[in-house]
Parts: sequence; C-alpha cells; structure tokens
Amino acid sequence: MNARLPAPGDPFRVVRRGLALSAVAFVGLAVVYLIALAYTPVEARQGLAQKIFYIHVPAAWSALLAFSLVGIASLMYLWLHDTRLDRFAAASAEVGVAFSAVMLTSGPIWAKPIWGTWWTWDARLTLTLFLFFLFIGYLSLRAAVHDPAERARFSAVVGILGMLLVPFIHLSVYLFRTLHPQPIVLKPSAPSLPPEMLRTLLVSTVVFTLLYLGLVTTRYGIALADEAQEDARHAT
Amino acid sequence: MPSSVRLSLAIAAKDIRAELRSRTALLSALVFAALVLVVFNFARDPTVIAVSDLAPSVLWVTFALGAMVAMNRAFSVERENSALDGLLLAPVPREALFIGKLLANLAFVGAVELVTLPLFILFFNVSIWPQLPGVLGVTALATVGFVAVGTIFSAMAVRTRFAELMLPVLLLPFMVPPLIGAVQVTSRLLADRPLSEMWGWLRLLAFYDVVFVTLCTLAFTAVVDE
Repeated sequence: MNARLPAPGDPFRVVRRGLALSAVAFVGLAVVYLIALAYTPVEARQGLAQKIFYIHVPAAWSALLAFSLVGIASLMYLWLHDTRLDRFAAASAEVGVAFSAVMLTSGPIWAKPIWGTWWTWDARLTLTLFLFFLFIGYLSLRAAVHDPAERARFSAVVGILGMLLVPFIHLSVYLFRTLHPQPIVLKPSAPSLPPEMLRTLLVSTVVFTLLYLGLVTTRYGIALADEAQEDARHAT
Repeated sequence: MPSSVRLSLAIAAKDIRAELRSRTALLSALVFAALVLVVFNFARDPTVIAVSDLAPSVLWVTFALGAMVAMNRAFSVERENSALDGLLLAPVPREALFIGKLLANLAFVGAVELVTLPLFILFFNVSIWPQLPGVLGVTALATVGFVAVGTIFSAMAVRTRFAELMLPVLLLPFMVPPLIGAVQVTSRLLADRPLSEMWGWLRLLAFYDVVFVTLCTLAFTAVVDE
C-alpha cells in the first residue's frame, strides 16, 4: 500500500526548490527597481510615469506565457493523460492570474496620467481582461469538481477552448479603434526603444520569467504535497 | 441518411419531446427573457437616449441571458435518475450524442429568441419588418457558435457544485466575440447600411461557428468518458 505513495520528502523538495527560485527572482525584482529608477533615463514626454513600463510589460509577458502554457499543457493532457501536465496547468493558471492582476493594476496607474483615463475598451486591454476572467473561470471550475480525473479532463477542455477563444476576442475587439501603444520591441523592424531602456526591460523580463518559474514550481510542489496527504488519508 | 445523423436527430427529438411534456424550463426561460426586456426599458432614460441607439444591445443582451437560462437545462435533466449513464451506454458515437444535444439546445435557444424578438419590437417600438430576414439570419449565425460552447460547458457544469453559477462564469467570455459581431451587424442592419460594412463581422461569426462546433464535438468525448 505504501509503494504507490511518493516519499514524504519529495513534494517538499520541489516546494523548497520553487521557493529558492522565487527568492532569487524577488532579489532580481529589487535590482530591476533600482536599475529602472536610478540608472535608466527618464522618458522625455511621459516623465516618471513611464517607469511602470518595466513592471507592466514583463508582467504581461509572464501572464501570457502562463496562459499559453496552460493551453499547451491542456492539449497534451488530453492526448497523454499524464497527471503531471494537469498539475502543471493548474499551477500555471494560478500564477498567470497573479501576473494578470499585476498587469491589470499597473496599466491603469500609468494610463490615468498619460491617457487621462483609468480604463478604455481598447483591443489589448479588453483581451487581457477577458483572459483574466477566463482563467478565473478555469480555476473556479477546478475548485468545483471533486473527482481528480474528472477535474483534469474538464479543465483541459476549458484550457483548449480558451486558447482558441483568444484570437477571436482579439479580432473582434480589434475591429474597434485601438489606443494601446503599438509594439516597440517585438516588431518586424528594429526595436525603437533607446538601448538603456531596452536593457532594463530585458533584465526585468528575465526576472519576471524567473519569478514565473519559481512560483509555478512552488505551486506544483504544494499540489504534490496535497495529493500525498489525500492519498495518505485514503490509505489509513 | 447516415446512421449518426439519424441518431443525433433521435436524441434531439427525445430532448424536445421531454421538454414539451414538462414545459417548465422553456417557460421559465421565456418569462425570464421577457422580464429582462422589461427591466431594460426602465434602465434607460427615453428622453436622453434614442431607442434605436440602444436597441441592438438590448436585443443581444436579452438573447444571451435567455440562452444561458435555456442551456442550463440540457444536462441537468440527464442528471436525474442518472439518465446520462443510460445515454452513454447506448451504442451512440459521442460525436452524434453531442450533435443531438446541440440541436436540442439550438431549438430551445431559438424558441426563446423567436419569442423575445416580437416582444422586443412591441416594447421598444422599433420597426424592423424590412430587415427581419437579415436579423433572423445573423441571429442564427451568432447563436450556433455559442450554443455549441454552452452545450459542452453545461455537460461539465452539472457535474460540479453550484452548477447554475458555473455555466455563466465559464460561458460569458466565450459569448463576447459572437455578441460583439451580432450587435455590430444588427445595428448596421437597422441603420440600412450596405452589406459590405457587415461582411467582416459576418465572416468572423461564421468562422467562430465552424471552429467551435468542430472543437466542441471533438472535445465532448473527454467530458463524458472516464
């Protein structure tokens, strides 16, 4: 009966690894603040408000990374039926919601002085807001299904459908006029950002990716621990 | 007629027959849609906002809410007496089962829409008779896609706690593209704009239908089979 149970130290090793990674990322985040505020030139027209860019864009990057990986892991889960994929998708969705919250709160703080309004129904804003809702729905579905196998199948279906919904939402809101700044780094021609600003942005993106990995690993380890506890409860 | 089409029709006919005998879910969905229209009437200031500016949105929000209530019943009726297990034991391909359920849902949602439309014309005093074929066409085009997603989600939602809450939370984001497209096309229709102005939206709606009907049909196995 004990053969199936993972060794008790196992989930906690994953958690510890995740926490260590997150700690490194948080130190990195402090460094990003420092570089952004002290060593990066102030943008001529937007002034200090532009500094939020170094948090907002990497947070958006991590959120989109998280949600894309939920979609891919969901697709692979329905194919391979590997519980690790389901656990990863759940962890990634939770962390993605946290990053979206950072993106959706830092955006308006910047938009108020620059655009003169907290919120506007622009294509990209609407899209990210709906991504946020979509994954809140994903997580509430997970919380409402009791059977683990059923939960994994249901949430994989929602993950896949959600991934396909994104281009449709983008297309339908894009047909309205868009106000969001156009891409300045990932675009066909060379990045139009001054090199100092680009460097800060890249450092911040690396830090946010690291933070994503740290948080997902931690969450994955906690899920493992939960499952081990559940198994132990059933075994006794 | 291929046998899977016959099976789908048989399942849809079973659902419609059962609903016509009890009439509870359909009637409450219809009353609900009518109430939404009435509430909308009091939610605007008629001296400030012209009815024609608001009409397409009112119509589509009512359709969406009515559809949501109508779709909740698709699998909740199968829940009683474990009827779904019996249905799954029947030698019916899962795809045919899904299409059958989808057709029945389309009939219910279509019925709600068909009753809402005259009430909308009556309450909001919009004359849409010349544009009626166009409005019915875009209604059908927009409805198919989100009812497909609603059908698969209602199959999941009945297996969860708070099923009635779960369906709207999951489904509403998926209603956004069809709803935006339908409102845009409807307002252009009511303003007698040329077809070329609606073409992009119509293509979006058709593409949405194709993608989600196909995807939900394929994914249905993952929802019902252990």
